Amino acid sequence: MADMKTPALGESVSEATVARWIKKPGDAVKKDEILVELETDKVSLEVASPADGVLEAINAAEGATVTPGTLLGSVTAGKAAAAAPPPAAVPAPTPAPAPAASVPAAPSAARVAAESNLELSAVAGSGKDGRVTKGDALAALEARSTMPAASAVASASRPTHEREERVKMTRLRQTIARRLKEAQNSAAMLTTFNEVDMTAVMALRNQYKDTFEKRHGVKLGFMSFFVKAVIAALQATPDVNAEIDGDTIVYKNHYDIGVAVGTEKGLVVPVVRDADAMNLAQIEKTIGDLGKRARAGQLGIDELQGGTFTITNGGIYGSLMSTPILNAPQSGILGMHAIKDRPIAINGKIEIRPMMYLALSYDHRVVDGAGAVTFLVKVKDAIEDPQRLLLDL
Amino acid sequence: MADQYDVVIIGAGPGGYNAAIRAGQLGLKAAIIEGRETLGGTCLNVGCMPSKALLHASELFEAASGAEFKTLGIDVAPKLNLVQMMAQKAESVTALTKGVEFLMKKNKVTWIKGWGRIAGPGKVIVKSADGSEQTLETKNILIATGSEPASLPGVTVDNKRIVDSTGALDLPEVPKSLVVIGAGVIGLELGSVWRRLGAQVTVVEFLDRIVPGMDTEVAKAFEKVLTKQGMSFKLSTKVTGAKADAKSVSLTVEPVAGGPAETINADYVLVAIGRRPYTTGLGLETVGIETDKRGMIAQDHHKTAAPGVWVVGDVTSGPMLAHKAEDEAVAVIELIAGKAGHVNYGLIPGVIYTAPEVATVGKTEEELKAGGIAYKVGKFPFLANSRAKINHQTDGFVKVLADAKTDEILGVHMIGPNVGDMIAEYCVAMEFKAASEDVARTCHPHPTRSEALRQAAMSVEGWTMQA
Repeated sequence: MADMKTPALGESVSEATVARWIKKPGDAVKKDEILVELETDKVSLEVASPADGVLEAINAAEGATVTPGTLLGSVTAGKAAAAAPPPAAVPAPTPAPAPAASVPAAPSAARVAAESNLELSAVAGSGKDGRVTKGDALAALEARSTMPAASAVASASRPTHEREERVKMTRLRQTIARRLKEAQNSAAMLTTFNEVDMTAVMALRNQYKDTFEKRHGVKLGFMSFFVKAVIAALQATPDVNAEIDGDTIVYKNHYDIGVAVGTEKGLVVPVVRDADAMNLAQIEKTIGDLGKRARAGQLGIDELQGGTFTITNGGIYGSLMSTPILNAPQSGILGMHAIKDRPIAINGKIEIRPMMYLALSYDHRVVDGAGAVTFLVKVKDAIEDPQRLLLDL
Repeated sequence: MADQYDVVIIGAGPGGYNAAIRAGQLGLKAAIIEGRETLGGTCLNVGCMPSKALLHASELFEAASGAEFKTLGIDVAPKLNLVQMMAQKAESVTALTKGVEFLMKKNKVTWIKGWGRIAGPGKVIVKSADGSEQTLETKNILIATGSEPASLPGVTVDNKRIVDSTGALDLPEVPKSLVVIGAGVIGLELGSVWRRLGAQVTVVEFLDRIVPGMDTEVAKAFEKVLTKQGMSFKLSTKVTGAKADAKSVSLTVEPVAGGPAETINADYVLVAIGRRPYTTGLGLETVGIETDKRGMIAQDHHKTAAPGVWVVGDVTSGPMLAHKAEDEAVAVIELIAGKAGHVNYGLIPGVIYTAPEVATVGKTEEELKAGGIAYKVGKFPFLANSRAKINHQTDGFVKVLADAKTDEILGVHMIGPNVGDMIAEYCVAMEFKAASEDVARTCHPHPTRSEALRQAAMSVEGWTMQA
């Protein structure tokens, strides 16, 4: 008998939800075959069979919350038997964490939940057979009031009407909600704008895109230019690449740039590490790979952590202007937007130029207005005149 | 070699016979050894059941002969027929013990008549009344030998004038005066029986309070009610000697704190100072089991120090109560059968079957204070309960203790009509770790005395509605 335990979930991730069991108890399984999918705050995780044999028991049902080391299920090693072994072979079971939703809560707990929009299925019950007691509900309420979690905003009490549908938030969605709100609550956040003339970068791109693709096997996009421009700007304004830790400021002399990627399940922000040491081709390749795997839900936890600055591009959906929210604990996020041909005055003459608005949201606790504006001007200058990047100006 | 049993149970009281039933249900080959002519142990033969028969009969007698019937508009002049009262008691007891006998047969448990003693691991010798012996081979031995009345130095029980609880169930006449030594459950119940039938009852207690261990507020209210009914109490008083002749007993008592001795004369004396574990001649030494100072067999999850020897009931630690033994019996057999038997010792209710009754479960206020646990109190008097009022049974109250923070019910203490039956509601609630609000928000039928239980729960959070 081999136990399947919840694997380590990565730094700062303490729990996961059992999303789906691919196999049923009694099914024959092969070593390394995926048996169950877990969903964490950040990514989906697959757990494979530890041995050839039969899936003996499922200890953590779908929807259950598990922590590293929690027993998920067990596999009896050996040739896959034709039928499931007799239940008598099951050893004295360690009581698995009962899925809280399967047993009714105490009436008082239900009252507390109804009055405070508390989602009882997310509360671990300490009563008989895992029932949620009034004490559990009150404790959950107290925990919620100290942590402005997304669930606090979630409505629950009103009935679902016709032509409405009620869907439980995925763990990823809950995390996004919680983290965005945390960022808003902790940072002194504001946004400064500028605009950038894309003529030069577009010309450069048009001139070299075929050669570039032939040589590097990857398309030359705008993203790599912006990453490079951002790094140059960060080097000029180190405050934007810093973070607050208690009563100290941590300045980071590494440039790990998060690039927001929209996926079916929600927004994720994989990190291009040490982007300052990469050339444009390497950056394009890395972003392409991260984006593909993000959409497939295959990113590792460590690929989502530790960014020092984030770039988000609402332009791909057509956004003209926006105010991005910080990716805490970072102090700056650059918003890119749609490129539009607009008339602008150049040397006293009206010209039509491909223009993009830039937005920098920043934490005013660390970054002064001057620093923020300087940063954006730096980015603008580098994009409008890419040769500056080459000359390190 | 004789047939081997899965379990041999020594003693057929509530611990033993319930273990036997559960063993039969789980398909274990079981034998139960009992030397008495009838099954059921102390509880059925000389304890809970016959005392309840007399409590019921005497309560009705008092109601009929006293003010209660008159108030209700029933004028009668009842005459006590003690012989019939005792006969109906005996008849009920016989029916109950026969019932247990039937349950043994139904569950295919062999009753081996005689006195059992352990003779080494897996061996029990049964000695019959005729002196013949047989040896049983068994995988498990369950000791369920119960307890016997404890004796008091200087006061020799002859069961003529100085009686124990067994003797007090069969007095040949109603005493003019009865002294009860010990203000515990047994003394107060049996004292109440004879007081209702006409005896002048005096209760002598060593401690400064009655029903030691019970919630003090309830105990005080209980003492007041009993005094009002005509029972007198001599608390903080110790008995130093008793001399019985053919017609009376002369008892010497003195204050515990010191002071002049006093002599009390009474027709009868009931010694009810408690019970002690019964292990005489049980052969514990053959398997290396020792008893503690109080004669108890130590246990860990019902296992004794000897492998394959288990113990339940009065003979081991915990309250000496039939329902505690019964719960342990189920758990021990389930453990023997490889299941997960469990007893929640924090939730064993206690009841005193006087009128009004007293019922209690969980922690007392004193225990919560001592444990440093913050709690809230909810109370409701039966005086404000419509049904109790209509029935002219308004003595008593319900007290609910709940955790100050989580509202979980931690203890319930009641005195009042029928509370012995009604406490079960709180037992279930507490087993489910209910909050007082859970009971407060549960619909209770009107008009019943159970509404008082709900009102007390409401009172915990300050929204009692009927007082």
